[in-house]
Amino acid sequence: MSGLINPIMPEFLLLSLFTGLSVAVVAGPLGCFVVWRRMAYFGDTLAHSALLGVSFGWLLSINLNIAVTCGCLLLALLLVVAQQKRFLATDTLLGILSHATLALGLVIASAQSNTRLDISAYLFGDLLAVTRGDTLTIALLSALVLAAISYLWRPLLAITVDEDLAKVEGVSVFWVRTSLMLLMALVIAIAMKVVGVLLITALLIIPAAASRRLSKTPEQMAIYASILGMLAVCGGLTSSFWWDTPAGPSIVLCAALLFLASLLLSRGR
Amino acid sequence: MTQLLSATDICFQRDDKAILQNVSLELQRGEILTLIGPNGAGKTTLVRILLGLLHADSGSVQFAPGVSVGYMPQKLFIDNTMPLSVYRFLALTGKTCRAEVVAALQRVGVNDLINTEMTRLSGGELQRVMLARAILRKPDLLVLDEPVQGVDISGQSQLYRLIGQLRTELGSAVVMVSHDLHLVMAQTDTVVCLNHHICCHGHPEHVSVDPAFLELFGRQQDTGVAVYTHHHDHQHRHGSGECLD
Repeated sequence: MSGLINPIMPEFLLLSLFTGLSVAVVAGPLGCFVVWRRMAYFGDTLAHSALLGVSFGWLLSINLNIAVTCGCLLLALLLVVAQQKRFLATDTLLGILSHATLALGLVIASAQSNTRLDISAYLFGDLLAVTRGDTLTIALLSALVLAAISYLWRPLLAITVDEDLAKVEGVSVFWVRTSLMLLMALVIAIAMKVVGVLLITALLIIPAAASRRLSKTPEQMAIYASILGMLAVCGGLTSSFWWDTPAGPSIVLCAALLFLASLLLSRGR
Repeated sequence: MTQLLSATDICFQRDDKAILQNVSLELQRGEILTLIGPNGAGKTTLVRILLGLLHADSGSVQFAPGVSVGYMPQKLFIDNTMPLSVYRFLALTGKTCRAEVVAALQRVGVNDLINTEMTRLSGGELQRVMLARAILRKPDLLVLDEPVQGVDISGQSQLYRLIGQLRTELGSAVVMVSHDLHLVMAQTDTVVCLNHHICCHGHPEHVSVDPAFLELFGRQQDTGVAVYTHHHDHQHRHGSGECLD
């Protein structure tokens, strides 16, 4: 495949583009739930804990991708339990957890400064350095999450509108909510490659927010969010390729510009 | 009439504070039961326990087999970033066709709102839409937590009349939470006056002259508006569930 396209596009760029697009596709619908359910802070907490996963993975010399994924999933489960027990009543507690895990991750990482752990790659993403293996893993995980979201779509909408009402009407709220948290953890683990832990929430929220004013149904909003996210990936990579800007931040910036455009567009109506 | 629901000796406590003490009640098919009581009396807690949304510390709730429930929560908060039409809201759970949704909306008098976004509804419209969702399931039991909240006085009596009619049409029992007795009364079979325990219960005319009720709400039978005068210094014999005479 690369042989065919090589003359037009170098392989590393093709891999980056494909990886970015697969993450953006699934970040769209998931981001909608983050916006609707006001889970941005949950997203941050999960994302920051991913860095802790990196540090521990490095410390214990296990595969970093697996360490990050396991770390995120574990924290997501912890958050579900904490939420169930109503420990997590305030943003303050999440804020403490989120930044404490980030700080711990940074401290552990810097304690091994003699090694070649490049922390900024994890903070801001390193999309241009993805390998074929990364791309394949990310595409598969993204397809898996997308399938799960479409399968759970109606119950997810029901618990987003009102959990009590959903429960009385026979939805198993606990399982649907737990699944949503786990799916979010998975997406955060794969999105770390694209935009890094500091910008993951942006990739979830901004395309969703931008599509709000363009859509009339939840499904429309999810699809538009995917499309806008994919546009942002294309734009960010283009800028990265031509002007040598960092890929992750460029993608987020591009998404923010699309959000501004959506504001102007809806005002024009 | 056959029994639909019975709750026995429900106790519920949160942070060392007793919210419900030995609350027992029974509901027959087709009966309208109104729970009244001051703010913080545990009305919503009791309703949530009946619905299985909360677990009581002790006591039991038993439904007749195969009872379906339609629930109208006290508050509904939909983030305004969610584009959800009234139609989609009604069709969220369960198998429903558009004709049924239209019929339910028509019955509560807001069928022109079917394509409106949920976040644009006024307080009264939202109450009616939630009522439509509750009756869409053709329930044996309707549970309505403060159904007239945010509705003006004339709208309130209309809504109560509608609930009374729906009971007759659907043959469902109704458990309703309310602050004020006066507008409710005409449609109600049984009133349960709750203040952590059951102060008194019975037919509305009896309850309205019950000393325990009068002590809780003050004498305001002939004023049109229920003014809130609740005295915390009164005493009851706990757990008896009977009226003080």
